[in-house]
Amino acid sequence: MKVALFIPCYVDQFYPNVGMATVAVLEHFGVEHEFPLSQTCCGQPMANSGCMPEAKPLAERFVEVFDGFDYIVAPSGSCVSMVRHHYEEYFDHNDTRSRKVRENTLELSEFLTRVLGVTTVFGSFPHQVGIHQSCHGLRELRLASSSEVMKKRDDLLKTLLGNLDGIRFSQLARKDECCGFGGTFAVAEEAVSCMMGDDRVNDHVQAGTEVLTAGDMSCLMHLEGIIRRQKRKIRVMHFAEILAEAVNVPSTARR
Amino acid sequence: MSHPPLAAEFTANRSRAHWHDKALWFVREKRDRMANSVPEWEQLREHASAIKMHTVSQLPLYLEQFERNALALGVHVHWAETAEDHNRIVLEILQRHSVKRIVKSKSMLTEECHLNPFLEKNGIEVVDTDLGERIVQLRNEPPSHIVLPAIHIRKEEVGECFHEHLGTEKGASDPAYLTEAARGHLRQKFCQADAGITGVNFAIAETGGIVVCTNEGNADLGVSLPKVHIACMGIEKLIPRVSDLAVFLRLLARSATGQPITTYSSHFHGPRPGCELHVVLVDDGRSGIIQSSEFRRSLSCIRCGACMNTCPVYRRSGGHSYESTVPGPIGSILAPLKDSEKHSSLPFACSLCGSCTDVCPVKIDLHHQLLAMRGLLGQRRLIATSKKLSMKFVAGIMKRTWLFNLLGKFARLSLRVLPRFAIYHRFNPWGRQRELPEAPAKSFRQMYADRKSTASNPGDKSK
Repeated sequence: MKVALFIPCYVDQFYPNVGMATVAVLEHFGVEHEFPLSQTCCGQPMANSGCMPEAKPLAERFVEVFDGFDYIVAPSGSCVSMVRHHYEEYFDHNDTRSRKVRENTLELSEFLTRVLGVTTVFGSFPHQVGIHQSCHGLRELRLASSSEVMKKRDDLLKTLLGNLDGIRFSQLARKDECCGFGGTFAVAEEAVSCMMGDDRVNDHVQAGTEVLTAGDMSCLMHLEGIIRRQKRKIRVMHFAEILAEAVNVPSTARR
Repeated sequence: MSHPPLAAEFTANRSRAHWHDKALWFVREKRDRMANSVPEWEQLREHASAIKMHTVSQLPLYLEQFERNALALGVHVHWAETAEDHNRIVLEILQRHSVKRIVKSKSMLTEECHLNPFLEKNGIEVVDTDLGERIVQLRNEPPSHIVLPAIHIRKEEVGECFHEHLGTEKGASDPAYLTEAARGHLRQKFCQADAGITGVNFAIAETGGIVVCTNEGNADLGVSLPKVHIACMGIEKLIPRVSDLAVFLRLLARSATGQPITTYSSHFHGPRPGCELHVVLVDDGRSGIIQSSEFRRSLSCIRCGACMNTCPVYRRSGGHSYESTVPGPIGSILAPLKDSEKHSSLPFACSLCGSCTDVCPVKIDLHHQLLAMRGLLGQRRLIATSKKLSMKFVAGIMKRTWLFNLLGKFARLSLRVLPRFAIYHRFNPWGRQRELPEAPAKSFRQMYADRKSTASNPGDKSK
């Protein structure tokens, strides 16, 4: 199985530890991987700003870089949903190469549960964890049930984290409201964006969250920015970092 | 004005913005409980969506069928291509009957056409009879929500407004007392009215009948006393069969307010003896939207307002920040379809969270349409030059890995060495209420390469 790491541009530059945790988790499950060096950005910021002509060459470049791999795995639901759900318009319908790249680009928790069939992770993480459901993972990739839809789906983050020794999950008043990041929205609509972020952080504070996690660093970058400015005592970790840390600690449940 | 400054103004009064957010979230949660109580909820949504898509694909056929059946029931059917046509038709009917006073129940279409000011200019008194609508009418402002028009107003403010206009006691804010006062006031208006105007929630092609849903019974009273009833509807309000109505009536009130059904679902099949029933069918740009494969589904909207109640931006910025008849997610599609220049900021008043799409009872892919609308604005060069240029600039970097690496390194270094005042200043909106990420010394690709080389695999070269 040839697996390529797709590390979103801002993760590459600002959250290298999240990338390294992704590597550690994949290796924990025996996955061999490669990091194609010419990768940069999937084009989502341009597409979401209405600049489709600027996004197109980046989409073409992405397919070029990741062509030939069985799976392309990223620790980001948002970037994956850009590739899988929004690349269609940049390519010809009959272009099998781009279709293959699109279909085989998976978010990390999807890859672990659906491709590798991981149902339980043994390890230890004795903290109260608050899960922030990143919207694109939730409502584009359907990595959990969204509160609006009356249909139960597996919650992949809970599947992966739920068995860790000592872990507890926060009960939020609003379990899947948007954090307010939204790409350029965070800057263009700064006031609303920060109020949304503030509300999310307060929900986690009232719920007693010690570690705030999510599948997307972009949401966490925004929330962490607010948490640090307000000097709140919440640790922010991508779920890959939790898994990487947890499997390194001997678990009593381990056989 | 554009959305961001108006939204910033709304959020500046944080306690009020929170109060607004909580009031709407309460409705959203009621909706969740109601939807959850219907085991076939998702099938109903699917079904409703299919009916609407089918109807819109055969709209001319169903419109003609509706007209035939309505005429046979003795209804006067009018066709209006534009908002102006609509207003003129309504005025002509009223003038023919020498109408001086009308009562009107909730109709977003008449809001869209700005019928009230038009009729008032022509010497006709218009009284909105929905309580929320009457409140905003007395305050001389537009509704801020399509189902809850006065959701942005606190009961104390209603008290002040009623004290001024209806003579209630100064300082009184008890909802029961104020409602009773409005009731007395409106009762008088109902009795004096020469004609009643209503909106239409559903028009049934198969029967030629129309259905109006209200909670206050104001539509019924408003058209039962006077001799003339004018019902105004967009052409997309059509459904093929009576049996389809069952699907929509089950979805509408549950989605809108979390009620199993609206208190009144009034069916009108022709005029009462000795009276007149007019139906005005309005296009006002709708047939153009039908032609667009990207935005056609926006015509499926049944105006339940669920997308507003769930929208985290709407809840925190208030309906007036949208400056359009229909605010919120659906309004941010409909408004730019009508005037893309004036409403160019609306599709960006959205974090693309997708909650609207998931809550929509007729499954309009709202957040995807908002994204598509951004693209359309880009094509029409209606995106701010600063945004366009910065995206061009970033895309230029991202096309060159070496440049991306170099500038990434430079950015990280800058964040690490620059003094705080050089990073956090008024030109950095990110940093107004948030910290920037702590910049690491190495990028992921550097760490990955270091690790590979220490893992005694020096020859490894990715493609």
